[in-house]
Amino acid sequence: MAEFALPQNSKVQKGKTIDAANGATRKKTFKVYRWDPDDDRNPRMDEYTIDLDKCGPMVLDALLHIKNDIDQTLTLRRSCREGICGSCAMNIGSGKGTNTLACTQAIDEFKGDITVRPLPHMPVVKDLVPDLNHVYAQYTSIEPWLKTDSPAPNRERLQSEEDSTVLNGSDGNGPAACILCFCCSTSCPSYWWNADRFLGPAILLQAYRWIADSRDEATGERLDQLEDPFRLYRCHTIMNCTNTCPKGLNPAKAIAEIKKLMAVRR
Amino acid sequence: MKLKWDSEGIKSPLARARGLGSAHEGADHWMKQRITAIANIPLVIWFVFSVVSLRGASHAEFTQWLAQPVNAVLAILFIVSTFSHAVLGARVVVEDYIHNEWFKVFKLIGIKLFFVALGVACVFSILKIAL
Repeated sequence: MAEFALPQNSKVQKGKTIDAANGATRKKTFKVYRWDPDDDRNPRMDEYTIDLDKCGPMVLDALLHIKNDIDQTLTLRRSCREGICGSCAMNIGSGKGTNTLACTQAIDEFKGDITVRPLPHMPVVKDLVPDLNHVYAQYTSIEPWLKTDSPAPNRERLQSEEDSTVLNGSDGNGPAACILCFCCSTSCPSYWWNADRFLGPAILLQAYRWIADSRDEATGERLDQLEDPFRLYRCHTIMNCTNTCPKGLNPAKAIAEIKKLMAVRR
Repeated sequence: MKLKWDSEGIKSPLARARGLGSAHEGADHWMKQRITAIANIPLVIWFVFSVVSLRGASHAEFTQWLAQPVNAVLAILFIVSTFSHAVLGARVVVEDYIHNEWFKVFKLIGIKLFFVALGVACVFSILKIAL
């Protein structure tokens, strides 16, 4: 049945407060979600006040400064630090948070304290690291590779400029630009409630990327696999996905295109 | 995120993600929901306009109004379209929020029977007055 409150062991408590600013004039407080599977404690929000002159301009810079110089137990994923790997996706905000990439989110866009939490409604492995096994498995389930029955040509498979624009977008923000950070899926209430069966915006955007690929020969088969009250039609056009995408992509439009194709082929 | 099939023992993430496979339906539900939504726009405007214009009418005046073929047909269309839309919408709400499979099936069947019974009663009432 419906659960209206968090279980007792999931309630977020106040954590430790560390002032590492040492009286600096440019300082900022980061409230960071912490949870360690190896102790029996509830999740907590630790507060770190840091000197902004000791780190770079982005939230990821501040988190790495905290990890490197203040509290080495802080756990987070990061890799490219330039918005292309999608590893550092987390929920960041002053008050209400938004799912975004810590590496492309400037600290000075927030006036007050900055709250950093893991991507919402995902199992937490530790601190800011969500368990992505299920979304990756969902990604595998849509078979995200070119499928053809025609014999392989001797040269590359040709595609017109118009057809490649469908994938890349005229502004470079087409479905092929998705970095699989899952900011969109974890911002979607439908995905929160039914992630076991609904594929979510990130995976549906990727599904559309292959459906729309003029070189792919499995369009009908792909649509067959998506035509399901949960896999596709749990999308209720809430649009959180498009609002939150840190790359400026439009998963909601891709889902609408899939629904249109479902209607057209009837 | 508690996965529904967790209790079925050890499964790979891909087996969980694939689940019971695609139901190969949903497009029909989606199209019917949109078609009834479009139909509802003029029908609801007509219904609201009619209710407002019948303000203060006596019972006899109202039954006389409803007995006119145009009004009776529009009233039946209004009932069929809005109730069909309600069944489709309520089903989605139940599927969204109720995660106990038995309770969900019970609610889905209940909703369908409730709206069909109510719809038939409404249409019968209109016909009884109109014919």
